[in-house]
Formats: sequence, C-alpha cells, structure tokens
Amino acid sequence: MTVVQVDTEVTTGSPPTRERRRRGVPKTVWNLLSVLLGLGVWWGFSLTGFDIPAPPEVAGRGWELIADGTLADDVLASLGRVLAGFVLGVALAVPVGFLMGWYGVARGLLEPWVQFFRTIPPLAIIPLAIVLMGIGETPKVFVIFLASFLACVIATFQGVVNVDKTLINAARVLGARDGTIFTRVVVPASTPFILVGMRVGLGSSWATLVAAELIAAQQGLGYRMQSAQLYYDLPTIFVGLISIGVLGLLMDRLLLLAERRLTNWQERR
Amino acid sequence: MITVSHVHKTFPLKNETFVALGDVSLDVADNEFVTIVGPSGCGKTTLMNILAGLEFPTSGQALVSDSPITGPGPDRGVIFQQYALFPWLTVRKNVEFGLRTAGVPRDERRERAQHFIDLVGLHDFADSLPRTLSGGMKQRCAIARAYAVNPSILLMDEPFGAVDALTRVRLQEQLLQTWSQEKRTVVFITHDVDEAVFLANRVVVMAARPGRIVEIVDVDLPYPRTEELRLSPAFTALRNRVWSAVYHQEPVS
Ligand SMILES: Nc1ncnc2c1ncn2[C@@H]1O[C@H](COP(=O)(O)OP(=O)(O)OP(=O)(O)O)[C@@H](O)[C@H]1O
Ligand SMILES: [Mg+2]
Repeated sequence: MTVVQVDTEVTTGSPPTRERRRRGVPKTVWNLLSVLLGLGVWWGFSLTGFDIPAPPEVAGRGWELIADGTLADDVLASLGRVLAGFVLGVALAVPVGFLMGWYGVARGLLEPWVQFFRTIPPLAIIPLAIVLMGIGETPKVFVIFLASFLACVIATFQGVVNVDKTLINAARVLGARDGTIFTRVVVPASTPFILVGMRVGLGSSWATLVAAELIAAQQGLGYRMQSAQLYYDLPTIFVGLISIGVLGLLMDRLLLLAERRLTNWQERR
Repeated sequence: MITVSHVHKTFPLKNETFVALGDVSLDVADNEFVTIVGPSGCGKTTLMNILAGLEFPTSGQALVSDSPITGPGPDRGVIFQQYALFPWLTVRKNVEFGLRTAGVPRDERRERAQHFIDLVGLHDFADSLPRTLSGGMKQRCAIARAYAVNPSILLMDEPFGAVDALTRVRLQEQLLQTWSQEKRTVVFITHDVDEAVFLANRVVVMAARPGRIVEIVDVDLPYPRTEELRLSPAFTALRNRVWSAVYHQEPVS
C-alpha cells in the first residue's frame, strides 16, 4: 500500500480544497509561473551565446512540421508502437502476475525469470531483438512490450501477495469460495498496484521507444531527431524532445485519472 | 449449540512448539451470550478462529450442532478484531456481500441489507465507502454484514477494541438491543472486564501459557441491561469477581 500512496502523493495534481484555501494562491498558478520562468531562462541562454535555438525559432519549426504533416505522422508512428507494445505487455503481465501471486508453483517457476530479465534494461535487448527480428516494427514493439510487461508483472504480483489476509478470511466466512474470492477480493484489492505498475510500464515503454527509433526506423519522433542530428537541425530536435515530453505527460495523466477513478476507495493520507 | 472439548492448539516455532491452547473445553447453549476475557496472547482469537473454521485444533474437537467444524459456514458469522470491511465496496455492498455469495436474488438482497443497515443505524451512510466512516461506524457495518446472512452463531473478536469509552458504551447497548430483537448465539471476545459482565449470560475467563479457561462466571442479571444496572452493587460484585480472576491468575508451574 505504501508504494501506491507514495507514488500518488508525488504526482497529485490538485491538493484538497482545504489546503488550497489555506495557501491562498492555487498550485496551478505556481506551475504556470515555473513554466514561464523556464522558458525565460532558455531564451536567456540562447541570447547569451549558447548554441541553442531560441523559443520562437523552435516554435516556428514546430509550426512547419505541423503544417506539412510530418509531426502528426511521426507522433502517430511513435504512439502506435508504444500502444501496441504496452497493451500487449499489460495484457500478458496481469494474468501472469495473478498466477504468480496466487499459486506457489507458478511463482516458483516464473519468479527467477522475471527477476533476471528485470535486471536487464530493455534497451540492452535492442541489439539482440534487431539481430533476431530484423529492423521492421517487430523488434521495436517487442522491446516496448518487454519493458511494460516487466514493470507491470512485478506490480501485479506484489498486489496479489499483499492482499490483506483478513479480507480473504472475511470473504470465506461470508461463504465465498476460491473463485469468488479471486474475482471479488483479490482483483479489486490489487487494482491500485496494477495501475501503478501500468504507469511505471508506460513510462519505461516511452523511454524505450525513443531509443528503439534512434537505431532503425523510417518514421517516428526518435527517427526524426536522429536525422535532424545529421544536419545540425537543432530546432527539429527541440520540437521532437518537447513532443516526447508532452505526450508522455499526457498519457501519464490519463492513467492517473483512471487510477483515481478506479481506486478512490483507498484511504489516502 | 457449540461444543469445544479438550481442544489443544500448538503452533510450530523455530525450535519448539508453542502451545496457544492447552485443553480447552466449553459448551455454549443456543441463543446464549458468552463473553471471553483474558490477557493478551491467551488464545482468544485462536479459539475464535477454530470456531469460525479458519483454523483447526491440533487435538480435541470443536463441534457445532454435534458435527465437527470443517470450515467456515453460513451458520457462523464472524466479526474480526480488525473490521475487515471491503474498502472498495459501499456499506450497502459490504452488507450484501454474503447474500450475493449465497445467491439471494437482487430485490430480496436489497431489502435484507437495508433492514440490517437500519438496525445498526447506518441508513444515512448506506452508500458511503468505508474510508469515510468512523471506527465505530465501521464496526457497526461489520455487525450488519455478519447479521445479514442470518447466522445462528455470531463470533465477535474484540469488536469495540478500537473505539472510545463513550461510543463503546453506546455500541454495547446497541448490540444488546439488536441481539434481543434477533436472538442468536454470541461468542464475544474482549479485554474489558466491565464489557464482559455487562453483555454476557456467562463470562469465560482465560489465562495464558498455556491458553486455558480458568473460571466461568454466571451473570444472572436481567435483560435489558441499563445504565442503572451498570452502577448496581450486584453488577459491581460480579465485575470484581471477574476482575480478580483475570488479574490475579496463579501462574502454573
Ligand atoms: N499463526 C500463528 N503462528 C504462531 N503463533 C501464533 C499464531 N497465531 C497465534 N499465535 C500465538 O498464539 C498465542 C495466542 O494468540 P491469540 O491471537 O489467540 O491471542 P489473543 O488472546 O487473541 O490475544 P489478543 O488479546 O492480544 O488479541 C499468541 O502468543 C500468539 O503469538
Ligand atoms: Mg486476539
């Protein structure tokens, strides 16, 4: 439970109203101020001789890329890969995590492998994946799949193992058999863990994607930055970086929203 | 009717076996209200778990209606020391849980759940999640949940342990009231000597190392039990008797 709470604590967007009133200025104002300040610092650096493009230049390049459709194509290509790998990873991780948490045998058989592959950064699998699967979509999706699978399987497993024994006993004395206990106690009780696992998985999927595209791709945000590098086209690289950050943030917020809705029963301190 | 005869329960520790219950025998009649008091670690919860069918005696027998307990059953409702409400379900859904597993149709389920929610005075909170309830309210929800499946036996493990003295008195009175409306056999575990005497037909006093019954005190005070009775000399006398049985236990050699 603490894992979940710590995580949500850090990323909580809006504090309880009570706190907001007490502080006076809403947090979003500070957030906005901080962003403007950051842009100012960036601009400042670009004026004082650092070899980086100024914000208007990046914005202009961004507009060009949007206008000729390149950015949309790249974003779609990247998102497609991430979603495919992520969905596959989560779809496999949840049942496997449940098996590991629920059956001692499954745990004994699977845990060494999961723990072993967990210590290998997914990026380190890229060379192997390219040799075995060529340079098409398969190796990229596979690496992303692996990244999200490993993050999510551990979380699901932890969730199942941490289900309060008294809740299971309470269900048993209320007449529930194994099947019912599983669907009506174990699944809801581990949902917060699974959702945190999904967020971590999405984060690492996104990180892995860009690296996978840097190596071999014809389209995608990573590819765009890679080819811009050849022409010292810094504004394009900046547009790519900002797009990656914004998209990652958006997806994380989306999952956070889902998490809040699905687990608002949790006691939060 | 509950029959516990010569029950021993040991737990294996690293290099010895720990005797949680050593030769416990006890009969509880139908519709009787029995309280069990004793110091921490004397095996109260262990005994309750055996009656609930969540644990089994190492030797000896525990019977309900003359048949050995082989597991949890709808005839026995349990209220745990830690409320054990399902935090993702509303009060109503918690109370309906046992009815759903029993396959009670939707409308009847609703109706019965509502009845017990009203009985424990939670009607205004029927659709609230447990996290929004106070300790005493959680406790009452757990009581309603256990009552709803209509068990003939209620096993309650220090249900009022976590509430303040004032709420505690109120909950005790409420429990007795509920019990007198819906009679059943109650085995009620507590640390609190006053509570034990106030509620019970009989008080069972246990001692630790090994867990055993040292004395059984009959409480022949009339129901309904009132505040007046709590202050009466008869109550005080019984209370003192139980007190000395609990707090001046001769250690066994
Ligand atoms: N699963 C277990 N494994 C090992 N020892 C156990 C186990 N369950 C209980 N015990 C031991 O048995 C003894 C009795 O435990 P029990 O929980 O029944 O006490 P209790 O009377 O309910 O105490 P309390 O009033 O503090 O709740 C304790 O000393 C405890 O350490
Ligand atoms: Mg106990």
